[in-house]
Formats: sequence, structure tokens, C-alpha cells
Amino acid sequence: MNDLSMANTATRKAFDVQAIREDFPILSQQVNGKPLVYLDNGASAQKPSAVLDAMDRYYREMHSNVHRGAHTLGDRATTAFEGARETVRSFLNASSTREIIWTKGTTEAINLVANGLAPRLKAGDEILVSHMEHHANIVPWQMVAERTGAKVIPVQITPEGELDAESFSSLLSDRTRVLAITHVSNVLGTINPVADMVKQARARGIITLLDGAQAVPHFQPDVQALDCDFYVFSSHKLFGPTGIGVLYGKAALLEAMPPYQGGGEMIERVSFERTTWNVLPYKFEAGTPAIAEAVGLGAAIEYLSGFDRGAMEAAENALLERANQLIETVPGMTVIGTAKNKVPVMSFKIEGLHPSDIGTLLDQQGIAIRTGHHCAMPLMDFYGVPGTARASFAFYNTLDEVDQLFAALKKVQRLFA
Amino acid sequence: MAATEQDFLDNPLGKNPTLEDVLDGFEFLDDWEDRYAFIIDLGKQLPAFPDEARIEENYVHGCQSQVWLISHYDEASDKLYLLIDSDAMIVRGLAAMILVALNGKSPRDLLATDIDELFERLDLFRHISPTRGNGLRAMVGKIRDIAATAETR
Repeated sequence: MNDLSMANTATRKAFDVQAIREDFPILSQQVNGKPLVYLDNGASAQKPSAVLDAMDRYYREMHSNVHRGAHTLGDRATTAFEGARETVRSFLNASSTREIIWTKGTTEAINLVANGLAPRLKAGDEILVSHMEHHANIVPWQMVAERTGAKVIPVQITPEGELDAESFSSLLSDRTRVLAITHVSNVLGTINPVADMVKQARARGIITLLDGAQAVPHFQPDVQALDCDFYVFSSHKLFGPTGIGVLYGKAALLEAMPPYQGGGEMIERVSFERTTWNVLPYKFEAGTPAIAEAVGLGAAIEYLSGFDRGAMEAAENALLERANQLIETVPGMTVIGTAKNKVPVMSFKIEGLHPSDIGTLLDQQGIAIRTGHHCAMPLMDFYGVPGTARASFAFYNTLDEVDQLFAALKKVQRLFA
Repeated sequence: MAATEQDFLDNPLGKNPTLEDVLDGFEFLDDWEDRYAFIIDLGKQLPAFPDEARIEENYVHGCQSQVWLISHYDEASDKLYLLIDSDAMIVRGLAAMILVALNGKSPRDLLATDIDELFERLDLFRHISPTRGNGLRAMVGKIRDIAATAETR
């Protein structure tokens, strides 16, 4: 029995942000002499003690290689590792752990799928992405397109930062083979209407991939309800360790795809005459996996499942709402990405200030944000900016921290006055 | 090159203020706001950068801000003159700081100047450390390459 099922039956903790902050040891430090205000969660989120402890305990008590079966430690490691896979399956509501592949992260998961689909692509085929994709959901497709003669075509977006539904419908055609779309934009925070898009694509037999890297930290997707062929995300944005991520794929498609990398673990039998592949999910997991990281990710999901996710979403929305109310207190501040349906991410520019200046002077005040192009250069081009400043909130951020951000922005402005 | 020799000679940084002026002024400030106000002010003293020189070969690649750099070596006096521009104010200020230390020197003297040490002394090292992708480190590298080339002429 894994801990997730226990957490689900236990009474969920009330949402108390001060108590939650105590679960994240890194948040209680000072930076440049000021209490840390961490608003760079979109780049990478912080880790609760539950994750740190699970990884520590794994190495202290269980570590050995997995799936070897010759001794007790090996059994313990395998149980913890496969238990984490079951935790992820349950989190995504996938029908089987055969459909949960460990990867290094979102980027590797997309590369795996792009390479796995390459044999199906030929000259003239089209791969639909969108103008708001992270480079990780553009470049792997461009590389495969170059090999196969297929074309990568972006769905246009509106000035508010929503996908242009007309552009999407008009680009869907008999040539479209793949639809690879982000569930939530890393720059704009937009939650895309992916269920409807997948439905339209599937009606035409188009393979669908959803990039959930920025979605899962804010809400829980249901891959069966979405009916997508692939769903990918990274652990480190979901309060888990770096170095591991997840590829969910429908079993039938994964079965049909060639392996991504060759090596140990992914084979059934090797000979110089004929090598055969292991069953799912191991066919796509060559080499010794990131075992402690998988255990850490499992612990992160279990930690999250101890809360009422609805209450967490409400708290996050309150952060965004407060930020939206304060925008007009900073003269010349413009938010980029004003979709109706968005997660608490605020990209912005301030007239006369370079994003990197904003970032440097916020850092002096203990406030961590991201500045730059956010690995989304086509989107920066769309808005005609070299980059933006981005504050991205997590459920452990407080309304007071939002106030501090805006007070600090006003101070930055005074310095340049 | 679009910039004239006079453009380079007119750049006062290094003569006015001198490195000693800047060190005296800066080290006196202990509040971060005053220190950054000083850096921003210094950036405002960067001479105008010729628009025609904003071309790819003068572009210093950094992750966040755009940085431009051109140089002029006067063989007769053995002095290397530099002009720098950036679209980010703090990068401009730090670039001005670097020019105060390096502009109008002989290539040999320039190469003997330890910019890392200077920035450490000013408690600004993190701005030119390899972990910051703001182009400053690449800029210093490019200036040193130019000096090394001039020295071997």
C-alpha cells in the first residue's frame, strides 16, 4: 500500500499558508539582508521537507539498483521506485503504470515523443504547435521536421495571450499529424482549452501531446478525461527534485514507437543476431534510472495530496487577484498575458526600465523573479519585447509577499527617477 | 567603422572620473540604494554610441541585455580606446565602471588590470561572475582579446 491512498483517506489539512511555509525550509532564509520572497516558481519550485526526507531516507535505508531482485535492498529500492510510479499514475489518473515513463524532465519527454513519432512523418506533414510554446516544445519538433521533411506550424495567439481559436481551426488539416500544445503558458500563465483542442484533433486522427510543465504545479490534470495521447511534466516545478520528469503516453502508441535510447533495462533479450525490447514502461527507460528522484517526486505528489487542491487553487487565485489590483499603483507597468483563464503568473514590463534592471534591484530587496526571454523567443517577438520580468507564484506565497513585490517595484522606479 | 577617432578620444571615462575617483565615491556608500544610484548615474556618463555601429560584429552576446562594444587602437600613443552601450541601465553603469578602469590604457596595462579583483573589492563580483548571463563577462573577455591582438601588432 502506498502512502498516497492513505493520504486520500485521511482528513485533509486546512489551508494555512504560514503552516505550509514551515514545510519549506529554504523559504525562511534571508537574501541580501532581507527575508527571501521567492517568486520564481515558474522556473523551479522549492521542496517541502517531506521530499527532502524521503530522498534522504531512501539513500540511508533503501538504496540499491532497481529491478535486480537478488537481495533485500534491491527489493526495497524497487518497491519505493515503483510505488512512486503508481503515485504518478494516480495523480494523472492514467489507466496503468505501463503508461508512466520516467524521463529527465519535460524536455526529454518531448524529445522522446518527437523521435518516436519520426518514423510516421514524411515530407508535407504538419506538426501544429503554438506561438506561446516554450522552446522545449518547438525545437525537438523542428529537429524531427528537418529529418523527415515535415513542417512545424504555429497556432496564432491573441494580444491578450489566448490561443486564437480561428487560427487553430483553420490550421487543422489533412496534413496535420501532430498537435503539441502547452497546457499552461510559462510566460503568460494562460490555461489553454486543451480538452476541446484534443477533441478536435482526435476527430481527425491527429496525435496529441500536452506540455503540462506549468500546469501541474497549479492544478491536477486527468489524462483520461483530456483524452490526449501524451502528457509531459517535470518534477522540479511540482515541488519535487530536479533530474526527473514524466511522460504519460497511451499504451498502444508507446507500444508502436521505437525505443528512444538503447542500453540496459530496456531490453528483453540481447544477442548479436537479434535484440528484443522490454515491455512498457521499461522499453523507454534505458540505464539505471534516477531512483531517489523518482521517490522524491512521489513524496512531492503525496505531500500535495494531503491538501484540499481546491483551497490551494483559491489561495493562488487570491495572490493573482491582489497582484492585478496593485498593477495600477506602479505607473507605466503593463502586464503581458491577460487571459481570462490563467494561473498565478505575471509577466510585465515597466516603461523605461529594462527587465534585467528590475530583476537586479528586486534581488537587492530579497525578491527573486525571472527576467529575460523565458525560453519563448517567438512569444517575445510577438509582443515586440526583448524580454519580460516575470513573477510566478506558488501556493506557499502570501498576500504580504505580493504587497512586498509592488512596494519593491516602486522603490526600483524611484531609483531610476 | 562609423565612429570617428574623435568619438573615442572624447570618451572621458578613465580620465574623468578616474578609477580612484570612483573607488573613493563608491566605497563610501554602504546603503544598497545609494550604491545602485551611483552605478546608474555612472551609466548616464557613457558617451553616445554611434547607431551605425550597432551591428552583429559589435554585439556582445549575453542572455538578458544587449551589449555593444567598439574599439580604437592609437598606435602612436599605444593607447586603446573603447566605447560601450547597453539597453539595461545597470549594465551601462557597470560597463562605465569597467571603462573607468580600462579605457585609454596601453594594451599591456589593460591586460595587467584585474577586473575580477576590482569587482570583488566593490562587492559587485556577482554581476560579472559566470553565473550571470548579462553579457558583462563576455564584454570583459572581448576587451581583453582586443588588447591582446593590439599588443602583438
